[in-house]
Amino acid sequence: MAKVQITMNVNGKAVEGSVEPRLLLIHFLREQLSLTGPHIGCDTSHCGACTVDLDGKSVKACTVFAVQAQGANILTVEGLAAPDGTLHALQEGFREMHGLQCGFCTPGMIIRAYRLLQENPRPSEAEIRLGISGNLCRCTGYQNIVKAIQFAAAKLSGAALQEAAE
Amino acid sequence: MNDTVASSAQRAERLQGMGCARKRVEDIRFVQGKGNYVDDLKLPGMLHGDFVRSPYGHARIKKIDASKAKELPGVIAVLTAADLKPLSLHYMPTLAGDVQAVLAEEKVLFQNQEVAFVLATDRYVAADGVELVEVEYEALPVVVDPFKAMAPDAPVLREDIKDKTDGAHGKRVHHNHIFNWQIGDREATDTAFQRAPVTIKELISYQRVHPAPLETCQCVASFDKIKGELTVWGTFQAPHVIRTVASLISKIPEHKIHVIAPDIGGGFGNKVGAYPGYICAVVASIVTGQPVKWVEDRIENLSATAFARDYHMTTEIAATADGRVTGLRVHVLADHGGFDACADPTQWPAGFFNIVTGSYDFPVAHVSVDGVYTNKAPGGVAYRCSFRVTEAAYCIERAMDILAQKLGMDPADLRMKNLIRREQFPYRSALGWEYDSGDYKMALQKALDAVDYHALRAEQKERQEAFRRGETRELMGIGVAFFTEIVGAGPSRNCDILGIAMFDSAEIRIHPTGAVIARLGTKSQGQGHETTYAQIIATELGLPADDIAVEEGNTDTAPYGLGTYGSRSTPVSGAATAVAARKIKAKAQMIAAHLLEVHDDDLEWDVDRFRVKGNPERFKTMKELAWAAYHQVPSGLEPGLEAVSYYDPPNMTYPFGAYACVVDVDVDTGVVKVRRFFALDDCGTRINPMIIEGQIHGGLTEAFGIAMGQEIRYDEIGNVTGPSFLDYFMPTAVETPKWETDWTTTPSPHHPIGAKGVGESPNVGGVPCFANAVNDAFKFLGSTHISMPHDNWRTWTAADKLGLHG
Repeated sequence: MAKVQITMNVNGKAVEGSVEPRLLLIHFLREQLSLTGPHIGCDTSHCGACTVDLDGKSVKACTVFAVQAQGANILTVEGLAAPDGTLHALQEGFREMHGLQCGFCTPGMIIRAYRLLQENPRPSEAEIRLGISGNLCRCTGYQNIVKAIQFAAAKLSGAALQEAAE
Repeated sequence: MNDTVASSAQRAERLQGMGCARKRVEDIRFVQGKGNYVDDLKLPGMLHGDFVRSPYGHARIKKIDASKAKELPGVIAVLTAADLKPLSLHYMPTLAGDVQAVLAEEKVLFQNQEVAFVLATDRYVAADGVELVEVEYEALPVVVDPFKAMAPDAPVLREDIKDKTDGAHGKRVHHNHIFNWQIGDREATDTAFQRAPVTIKELISYQRVHPAPLETCQCVASFDKIKGELTVWGTFQAPHVIRTVASLISKIPEHKIHVIAPDIGGGFGNKVGAYPGYICAVVASIVTGQPVKWVEDRIENLSATAFARDYHMTTEIAATADGRVTGLRVHVLADHGGFDACADPTQWPAGFFNIVTGSYDFPVAHVSVDGVYTNKAPGGVAYRCSFRVTEAAYCIERAMDILAQKLGMDPADLRMKNLIRREQFPYRSALGWEYDSGDYKMALQKALDAVDYHALRAEQKERQEAFRRGETRELMGIGVAFFTEIVGAGPSRNCDILGIAMFDSAEIRIHPTGAVIARLGTKSQGQGHETTYAQIIATELGLPADDIAVEEGNTDTAPYGLGTYGSRSTPVSGAATAVAARKIKAKAQMIAAHLLEVHDDDLEWDVDRFRVKGNPERFKTMKELAWAAYHQVPSGLEPGLEAVSYYDPPNMTYPFGAYACVVDVDVDTGVVKVRRFFALDDCGTRINPMIIEGQIHGGLTEAFGIAMGQEIRYDEIGNVTGPSFLDYFMPTAVETPKWETDWTTTPSPHHPIGAKGVGESPNVGGVPCFANAVNDAFKFLGSTHISMPHDNWRTWTAADKLGLHG
C-alpha cells in the first residue's frame, strides 16, 4: 500500500513518519515512535486506554488515522512530567491516592484527566465521573481515581492562586 | 535522628513494614507510561500472527484454501491443523485432563474457534491474510443449552472422544458428559430433608461471564535455532507452570525454555491457562527462526479465551420451623463449553464448590456436579475468585434469602441464627473443609449497625405501602450477604496442577550493604506485590522496605511457584516470604552473638536489631549483620545471607465478610440505582491497608458489573452475541457506586503472619449482595428468585411478570 509522509508535534518534538493511510494513530505512536504509554484495550473505542491529547482535545488514538493527525500537536502521558523529571500533579495524585493498580488504563486516564482539568480546573465529583466515563478501569472501581484527580485539581489551583498572588 | 536515639516505634515506622499504607513502588513507572507490557516489546525481525476463526458454532471443516493468503506480499506462512498434526501439536492438554484443539482439525465446536494462523511481517498484513483464507464448512446441529446437552438424541460434539467412557474424573454417562463429582453424605442429607418441616428448592443460575482485563492475552515467542532455546514473553499469571507445560508439549528441555511475564494489565483469572495463540506463536517461531507476536483483540478475548461461571445450581435447604438449617442439597449442571479447559486443581473438577455451605452451621450436606460439553468457548476460569467459590457464595446466599422469605423471617436474622459461632473454630464443615478462624456474628452485627439496618427496613416498609397506594413507582431493596471464601491453594495433600503440588516460594538475598532482592514464584497483575512483599520482609528483618527489590515473572531467576490466582499470593508466597526471612534472621542472630560475644539465647530482637538482653546499649543492627555476613561469620558458618522457602500450606485460609446494599428500583424503566454499598471484610492480618481498600473497591466494581449486566450470551444457532465492549457491560465511573468499607481482623492461626488474602473477597461477597438487594425489592409482591444479570431489561421484565405494568 502506498505510503504517505506525515509530520506532527508529539510531546513538544517535531516528528515525521511514512505511513499507510490506514495506519491508526495509536500504532504510529506505539510502534513507530516507541511511545508505548498509551495502550490498546478494545476494538470499539470504548476503553480509552489509547487516549491522547490532540490539539487540545482528548481523542482515542485507536479511532484516528495517523494521517488525520498531520500537523497536529499531540501530548501523551510521556510528555506530562516536567523536563527535569518532576511528576505532573496528576501523576503525583494517582500515586498518592492509589488511583491505579495494574497500570494499563493509567496513561489514558491521566491524559484524559489532564484535558478535563484544563477545561474545568475545579470539577465536582460528578463532573469528574462524567468526564472520565470514556475511560474504563477494571482494577480500582474509580473511587480513588476521582480522589487522584481531586488531589491534582487542588494542587494545580493552589499553585495558580499562589502565582496570581505573587 | 540516628539509630541510637530513635525509639523502637520510630524505627519501626521508618521501615514501612506490615500494616502501613505504603505508597506503591510500581506506580512510578506506570504513571509515566513506562510500564513494560507484552505488546510494548519489539524485537528485530518480529513477525505477527493472527487467527482465522470459525463463523459457526458447530460445523465440519470441508476444505481450507490458504493459497490466496500466501500470495499476499508480507504473508510468511499460514498454519493449519495439517501442519501441527505431524508435530502432535494440533491438540494440547488442558489443566482439566482433557485436550483442546490448537487449530481445528475436522470440526469446529464453538464460534470463533481457531482454524488457521496467518503469519505476516506486520499486524495489518496478517489481518489482511486472515480475510483471504477460504474455509468451507458444513454446518452441524448446535447445542448451546446445557440442559439439552445430555438429551438422548443430542448431537455428538466431541467425536475425538465419543467412545471414551472413562473421563479424567470418572465415568462419562453420555457422549456430551464430562464428569460427575459428588461430595458429602447423601443418605444423611436425604434423611434431613425427609424430616424437615420446611424446605426450599430453587434453580439458581450463574450466567456465563468473562474476566475481561483491560489488556487482552498476548505473547511474543522467540526461538534461537543456534542454541535451541525458546524465550516466551507473555501475559502469564502462572509463568512457571506455562514453562513446564511448554516443555512437556514441545519436548524442548525445561532449562532451555525461558518464560517471562512482564507487567500484566490485569488478569482476574483470564491469564491462568494456556491458549492456542501461545502454541501457534511458539511453533511459528520455531519454524521461521524469527520472533512471533500474537495479540488477541477484544472480541477474540471475550469469545475465545477463558469464560467463567455458567453454573446452574438446583439448590435445596431443609430447616426447622423456627429457622435453623438442617441440610443442604445442591445439584450443579456445569457448562464447560467445547473442551474441558477449566483451570482447577487436578483433584477438584468443580473447584472448591463444596464451600457452598457458606458461613452457616449445616449439620449435613450433599453436592453433585455434572459437567457437560456444549458449543461454547472453553475455559471455566475463576474470575476474581478462588475456584468456583463465587458460584458457591451466590448459590448459598440467594438460597438463604429464599428460605428467609418462606419462613417469614428477616434475612439478617436468619443468617445470625445460623452463622458458625466463634467458639466452633477451627470448624469442620459438612462438606469437608476446616475453616481456620472467624467471628462471624460480630462482623455481621457491625455491618448491620453501620447501615442502620432496622431503620432501612422501616423505610422499605413505608415505601412498599406507598407503592401499593400508587404514590411511587420506585421500590426499595436491601441486600445482605455474608460470605466465607476458601483461598490460598493449597496443601500438597489435596492440591496439585498437572501433578505439581500447589506450594509457592520466596528467595531472599541480603547483600553486604543491607539492600535486598526478593524473588517469588507468584506474579502480580496489579495487586502491588513489589510493594507488599517488601513490607513483609521489612517487618521480619528490620530493613527498610525501600531497600528491598521484589522480582517475579522470570522463570530463569525466580524460584518455582504456581503463580497468582485464587487469592493465593499472600496465603502461600506471603508465608514463604516470612519463612525465608526467618531463616535469614536465625543466621543473623548467630552472627550477632558471635560479634557481641554472647550466647544466641542472650539476644533479643528489637525492630531492626539484635540486642543483648538486659543491656540494650549493646546491639547489632540487621544492616551491620548483613555486612558482617560477608566477612565476619563465626567459624563453621557459611558466609552470605540468603534463604529460600518452598511453602506447603498446612490448610487453606478462609477470609470472610459481611456486606449490605440498598437499591432503588424503577419498575417502569427497570433501572436499578445503588444507593449505598457497605463492605466489611476480614482478611486476617492486614499488610497494606491502602492496597486492601483498593482491592475491595475494584472487586466490588467487578461484582457490580457481573450482577448488573455482564453476560456472554449465545443464540440458538451458536452465535456469541455481543462479545465486545459495545455490549458486554463494563461499568464506567458514572454507573459505579461509591463504596464504603470497614474491617475486622481475625488472623489465620496457621499462617506465619496470620494473613488470609483479600483480592477476591469483594467479588465473592458482592455478587450475591447486589442480587439479594434487587430480589429483596420485589419479594413483598411474591417474587422468589430473579436471575442475574439484573440489567434494565430483566428487571423491567420481572416487574412486568408481576403485573406491575397494568
